[in-house]
Amino acid sequence: MANTADTVNYLDLIKNGIIKENTIFKLALSLCPSIAVTNNLKNGVLMGVAVLFVQTMVNITISVLRKFIHPKVRLPIFMLVISGWVTIADMSMAAFVPDIYKQMGLYIQLIVAFASILARAEMFASKNKIAPSMVDGIGMGLGFLFALTVISFFRELIGKGSVWGYAIINAKPLLIMILPAGGFFAVGILMALFNWIDIRYLKKSATASH
Amino acid sequence: MEKLKKDHQLTLSVSPHVRSEETTSRIMWSVSASLLPATVMGAYFFGPKAVLNVALCIIASILSEFLYQKGTDRKITVNDGSAFLTGLLLGLNLPPTVPFYIPIVGSVVAVVITKQLFGGLGYNVFNPALIGRAFLLISFPKLMTIWAEPTAAFIKLDAKTTATPLGILKEEGVAKLLEMFGDNSNLYLQLLSGHRAGSIGETSAIALLLGAAFLFYRGYITWHIPVSFLGTAGLMAWAFGAKGAFFAGDPIVHLLSGGMLLGAFFMATDYVTCPSVKAGQILFGAGCGFLTMLIRLKGGYPEGVMFAILIMNCFSPLIDRGFKTKVFGAKKEVKK
Repeated sequence: MANTADTVNYLDLIKNGIIKENTIFKLALSLCPSIAVTNNLKNGVLMGVAVLFVQTMVNITISVLRKFIHPKVRLPIFMLVISGWVTIADMSMAAFVPDIYKQMGLYIQLIVAFASILARAEMFASKNKIAPSMVDGIGMGLGFLFALTVISFFRELIGKGSVWGYAIINAKPLLIMILPAGGFFAVGILMALFNWIDIRYLKKSATASH
Repeated sequence: MEKLKKDHQLTLSVSPHVRSEETTSRIMWSVSASLLPATVMGAYFFGPKAVLNVALCIIASILSEFLYQKGTDRKITVNDGSAFLTGLLLGLNLPPTVPFYIPIVGSVVAVVITKQLFGGLGYNVFNPALIGRAFLLISFPKLMTIWAEPTAAFIKLDAKTTATPLGILKEEGVAKLLEMFGDNSNLYLQLLSGHRAGSIGETSAIALLLGAAFLFYRGYITWHIPVSFLGTAGLMAWAFGAKGAFFAGDPIVHLLSGGMLLGAFFMATDYVTCPSVKAGQILFGAGCGFLTMLIRLKGGYPEGVMFAILIMNCFSPLIDRGFKTKVFGAKKEVKK
């Protein structure tokens, strides 16, 4: 995916992040937060936004600095940049949304260790100009946000009968869906569904021979 | 050339050349039949509501298998009886008075998620009926622990609720249990006949043993898993069952109560999810018994058969690997 040419299709980059290389549904990376923080929609969306922010800013920073980073020490430098931006996200959330931060503070700090962020810095941002890197970061972040939103929406709806904290269904919910075990069920089923839709409808040519 | 072929009628086929009469569906239906006594006793003690719940489980299991296979263009294998057996086992593992949607949710989880999504019969890692029940127990902790008092009157509709013998044992100790049932021999008798609170099909020890005897007679199960399961559990109950003293517990109460017999004879012996090497089966059974008693005596739940079997299910492939027999004539691997 090294789009080093000057004419980069930005739309393709976004699409790549959301569908083709969706962090959770396709690459199966960063599954820990996708299970730990998605038991309600609010947490899921905020986590997604935090990752979107960090991913985009890291990609921009690495892209700006790419000519000054010696290849031999690139990984420590990437980690420094990532942890810098994660600290900014972490402190901002602690300041602006303290209630939610109390529940998921640990997981915000864990963004430092996300494979997907380091991978994009290494594979894309360190080889591309600023604008494509930014768009790539936005695409990957949006893909993550999308996955977390879908997972947490279904888990909250089925596990608590509510959406964004507002009660919707007036019935006995399936308690397991908001427990960690239910997270595995939700991620597994949605991953299968996502790939099924992708194979069935988005890649029609590939299934023509079926 | 054509003539030669016809004259000699040579039949060439790949092995196996000797085939047994047994088929998957025959075994499945036989196991289902062996559960008939337990089902009848459940119906006798817990009334029409229990029968309805078991029936709902069976119907929902078969329907969800049919719909899944139809929806994914797979061969429809409803006739092999495995969905029926899964439904029946799940039904027998439910408390008698659960509302109608619980059997349905449990069956869908058991058949679709545990079995079909893993590739269908033969590929599932876990026992489907037990996963269905575990899912329900965690999702509906209140509803799944309401135990109706056995009435032995088929028409009586509003049964009182009570605690299971294991629940009493856990909460109040063995003295309270003896007080409720009179003396030791009466307690054993009630546990044997099934006149006690519990899941629909687990209460009557006699009915379960009858079904198990049928399975032994037909050779569908061997002694390895049940004996090591019950033996380990009994040993642990005897050794650690009493508070304050070693080797003073009552193994018979533990073996006859809860889902121990149903689990040991009908659930742990599931062909797909237990090890296939006999020596491994002994280890598997012992693990089940050990974990069951660990949960019963030290865990948060009064009953541990379900979780014990599910945990050991995970180890089945590993156990099979460890006990794999050596290929005859094969050379020892040379270490580099």
